Amino acid sequence: MNRYAKDFPILKQEVNGNPLVYLDSSATSQKPFQVIEAVEQYYKENNSNVHRGVHTLGTRATDGYEGAREKIRRFINAGSVKEIIYTRGTTTALNIVAACYARARLQEGDEILISPSEHHSNLIPWQQAARATGAELKYFTLEPDGTLDLDKAKAMINERTKLVSVAQVSNVLGTIFPVKELAEMVHRYNGVLVVDGAQSVPHMKVDVQELDCDFLAFSGHKMAGPTGIGVLYGKESLLDEMEPFEYGGEMIDTVDLYESTWKELPWKFEGGTPNIAGAVGLGAAIDYLETVGMDEVDAHDRHLAAYALEKMGEVEGVTIYGPSTNRTGLITFNVDGVHPHDVATVLDAEGIAIRAGHHCCQPLMRWLDVSATARASFYLYNDEADIDRLVQGLQKTKEYFGNVLG
Amino acid sequence: MSLDDLYRRVIMDHYQKPRNRGRIEDGAVTVDLNNPTCGDKISVQMRIEDGKIEEAKFIGEGCSISLASASMMTEAVKGLSVEKALQLVDRFSEMVQGEEIDPEEFPLEDIEALQGVAKFPARIKCATLAWKALEQGAKESADQD
Ligand SMILES: Cc1ncc(COP(=O)(O)O)c(C=O)c1O
Repeated sequence: MNRYAKDFPILKQEVNGNPLVYLDSSATSQKPFQVIEAVEQYYKENNSNVHRGVHTLGTRATDGYEGAREKIRRFINAGSVKEIIYTRGTTTALNIVAACYARARLQEGDEILISPSEHHSNLIPWQQAARATGAELKYFTLEPDGTLDLDKAKAMINERTKLVSVAQVSNVLGTIFPVKELAEMVHRYNGVLVVDGAQSVPHMKVDVQELDCDFLAFSGHKMAGPTGIGVLYGKESLLDEMEPFEYGGEMIDTVDLYESTWKELPWKFEGGTPNIAGAVGLGAAIDYLETVGMDEVDAHDRHLAAYALEKMGEVEGVTIYGPSTNRTGLITFNVDGVHPHDVATVLDAEGIAIRAGHHCCQPLMRWLDVSATARASFYLYNDEADIDRLVQGLQKTKEYFGNVLG
Repeated sequence: MSLDDLYRRVIMDHYQKPRNRGRIEDGAVTVDLNNPTCGDKISVQMRIEDGKIEEAKFIGEGCSISLASASMMTEAVKGLSVEKALQLVDRFSEMVQGEEIDPEEFPLEDIEALQGVAKFPARIKCATLAWKALEQGAKESADQD
């Protein structure tokens, strides 16, 4: 076990008679006891609604909720907490941009540009927004290894390009997209760049001012935080001009019978009682990651990816997808002649948890010309020994299927 | 949990040598289904005459369990009345969730090998995909009569 693994109580268990090796952090990460205890403490000692009432618990809950917002602001280096909107996760954050920005502004003749490698949650909102507004949805052309050639990207961006949305890190290929350069290209024509940070924010330092992206979406549960909490970062000037996403309590200023006005940012976008415990937990997750250091997390994940590429590459009959360098901590692969579900079942019997399926990327599966793949993904609590176990598991899978298939 | 409970020899045999894989030329009810959580796809065709399933065929992409189950299904329903086939769908679905099937009611034959799926809850949907397609097609044809 590495030195971070001891902070994650769930990892200390056997699954199907073997010590658990958790290699599915891209789907959701595990939580350290610091986060679990912060959530527990919130419910045991401070639980109350936020921004209401004058009692002491209400103040504590509000302080916890707003204190976490400040931690998030610092973590991604946003200019102001007005730019940090709590959401249910990446999916909701992207849907807010599609509903409140794209649908309000785009029209026929405009173009939305995304990549065929996008997660469904960074694809369908744009499909629907394009349909509703008459704008055209276009796709970048990817290189054979799944990377983006900047010159080709540049050729696709023009004065019609009103919105570009890409994942900074692909959840299937592990590729890192050059979002800073894309932001520059898009801004030249006054378009906006939306960044799906679901797989990047948990694994590397992301500085929204340095990238100069207009929106950034990410999920707490993939970065050691609780489920049901995530973030939409947006530039204040853009958020200011957008209509609210949900109407109701918490987000209003004054309500009359026939007309109402909204609170200022960020609360304008937070209708209803929010996920307070989730926000507190996400704040604790950020504290935890900052104690480790994002540079350390990044280096650790990249090291494991390189190690896994090498070791898995030595296993005959294993195909690995995506580029061979500059990738983050996940490896998508297939074993010749064995369906990824069957690979995952055999590994599970060994106590090794991986993902099998289309990873919410059906267009990318078609692009790769496969119906499904297996994926192993790493986080700070994994180490080389986990990858060695995976490689042994893959050997077993081949042996087992070699035998049963005779 | 033993892998051998899941991957029985009969299942692997159907996976490697699927029965009734292909298309029915004409006069068939076709149902295309996919498992949205994993990307498995199946297209089941059946030729129904006078309320009886004369022939069933399938094509598809998927794991060993889903393809073997499809192959077994096409054999099991051949010659059954639509009504009886729909009952078998229910029994099968109960079986892969751990219930016993009365051998008096249905001769299970190869299908019995899929009982092991009950111990692998994540794979139940793989086993039932082709049967769901059958159910849908049989109901459609019954509605038309
Ligand atoms: C790249 C990417 N985008 C978006 C999402 C959606 O995140 P969530 O399900 O937390 O909303 C995911 C998570 O699977 C992802 O990997």
